[in-house]
Amino acid sequence: MDDVFRALADPSRRELLDRLFARNGQTLNELCDRLAEAGASMTRQAVSKHLAILEGANLVATVRRGREKLHYLNPVPIHEIAERWIGKYERHRLSALAELKKGLEAKKDSEAKDE
Amino acid sequence: MSESSFVYVTYIRTTPEKLWQALIDPEFTRKYWFQAWQESEWKPGASWRLMVPDGRVTDSGEVIEIEPHRRLVLSWRNEFKPELRAEGYSRLTYLLEPQGDTVKLTVMHEIDVPKAKFIEAVSNGWPHILASLKSLLETGASLEATRRWPKEKM
Repeated sequence: MDDVFRALADPSRRELLDRLFARNGQTLNELCDRLAEAGASMTRQAVSKHLAILEGANLVATVRRGREKLHYLNPVPIHEIAERWIGKYERHRLSALAELKKGLEAKKDSEAKDE
Repeated sequence: MSESSFVYVTYIRTTPEKLWQALIDPEFTRKYWFQAWQESEWKPGASWRLMVPDGRVTDSGEVIEIEPHRRLVLSWRNEFKPELRAEGYSRLTYLLEPQGDTVKLTVMHEIDVPKAKFIEAVSNGWPHILASLKSLLETGASLEATRRWPKEKM
């Protein structure tokens, strides 16, 4: 569990997880290309190092297909952490609150754009 | 790799034999898989069905590969929702690899349909099921939330 928190404590690694959430099963090259397109300043070496840490924490699962290594977001450890402290009674209330927050923030964003 | 897929990995403190039994034995799956169980003769080419408490078949397919305690590949199609059924057969792979005093369980689910609704639907369920399976094998108790078939799924 320490590995999971350590891995998540870095914004670059969270960015990589976001990228895999948007598109699962990417190679190192694909991840680097998309990051470069988005103007992110992560070197290939840094991406590779961060992916290894994420894989060590089991937040990224990899599969070999021929010569390619595909990276997948693995949400199971986060789920195990959530289950430890969040019971079934709380989950519905929390998801209702999360929806409310999302709804209100989306509204605020669109108002900000209108101004 | 197929058009839509996911890969989940969990490490469980158990043996490949116990994990294998937990993956296919109805007594076990009912405890961590929302009371669902599977019917199959568990040999290559055998039919496979996933059943829910009221006796309905939610998903069906065939055993494609089976290597006890190591590897199981199923073809898998939803029989419950027309929009998911229309996407055809997916492929599910379980891989069991002993690592020290744990077993690394890899679950791969893939389908040759871009942005498949089926994959989106099952990918909501697997993390719950796998976390509960781990809890059951390590502590003897599955997770509360996975012990009943949810009414909203009916």
